[in-house]
Amino acid sequence: MNQILEIIGMGLLLIGSIFLFLGGLGIFRMPDTYNRLQAGTKATTLGGMSVILSVGLLEPDWFIKTLVLVIFIALSNPISSHALARANYKRKNYPYLKGGKEYDKYREVYQKEEEETA
Amino acid sequence: MEKITSPGKFTRFVMSWLILFVVWLMFTSTLAVQEVITGLITAFLIALFTSRFFTCCDFSIFSPVKLFYIFIYFFVFLWALITANLDVARRVISPKLPINPGIVKFKTKLTSDFAKMVLANSITLTPGTLSVDIIDDTYYIHWIDVKSLDPEEVHKDIAEQFEKILLKIF
Amino acid sequence: MLQIIIYISLGFIFTGIFFSTLRFIFGPTAADRTVALDTLTTIAMALLALLSFIFNRYIYIDIALVYGVLGFIGVLVIARYLEGAL
Repeated sequence: MNQILEIIGMGLLLIGSIFLFLGGLGIFRMPDTYNRLQAGTKATTLGGMSVILSVGLLEPDWFIKTLVLVIFIALSNPISSHALARANYKRKNYPYLKGGKEYDKYREVYQKEEEETA
Repeated sequence: MEKITSPGKFTRFVMSWLILFVVWLMFTSTLAVQEVITGLITAFLIALFTSRFFTCCDFSIFSPVKLFYIFIYFFVFLWALITANLDVARRVISPKLPINPGIVKFKTKLTSDFAKMVLANSITLTPGTLSVDIIDDTYYIHWIDVKSLDPEEVHKDIAEQFEKILLKIF
Repeated sequence: MLQIIIYISLGFIFTGIFFSTLRFIFGPTAADRTVALDTLTTIAMALLALLSFIFNRYIYIDIALVYGVLGFIGVLVIARYLEGAL
């Protein structure tokens, strides 16, 4: 039984660290802030979750504490990325668009507000 | 802004006491008597001061049907998280960066604020999407590879699989 | 076997930290730097949990939890500040 847990733990550790690496690379390569958020948040969420879970599997006494960490990462990461994305739009950093202006539906909200104040 | 819908005062207090106590048990990860008694008192005191901010749910969340749907939701969410990561990995590794980003919008059928929050978090962790803002019942989503600008089709593509289950829970 | 896999994973994690740090240094706007900081927080949490296994110290997992909570609150405060609501 312990042997099986150890093999699953080692697999999760390897997969998780590869995803953490991909998160860093994605943040470096993507062209604008929103795409960086996409790559950074998703890859590091799964990567961090599986590395921490692998520690819990390799050392079964710590399993419950690592579960707390996993739940915390799954709840906190999307919230902080959402807050950053909205703050970035409010600072008028508009997203990089390949297909032209009609691909940005969020602009309407701010245009309406600007017309009302003007 | 509509008023936040929430259950009665007593229900909120007991629910937050219960959740805080479970969190305490997971933190200490022991069942020794003194730890449990300290946890009960601490959770009681914190719940006394913070239960007015509690908006999640009432006792009906423990009914077997809802627990079953929460279980199903967990697996749907896990599968979406794994496919999302493979998708992002493919885009990051390939040398030409195959992206076509944009911000799309759709309307949701959910009414409770907590359910909207859960849906927004789930959308952020699913393939190629990132929720930017919620205004009343309209979601604004940044999509890394836009397939359609029509709100109906966007709703079908992004949100329908989660919304079906969330409507049954909340 | 376990030792080799731990070395390989540490290599991957440190390469990820290297690229995030590059974005943290060269990021053209403040928001880009904050995104890099958020990513670094999650990577550091995973690294602390892994270190607690390598050194066999249970207390490092608590440190990872506290670090994660503080990093999360810090990123939220910076986001509110950038939004102009603080």
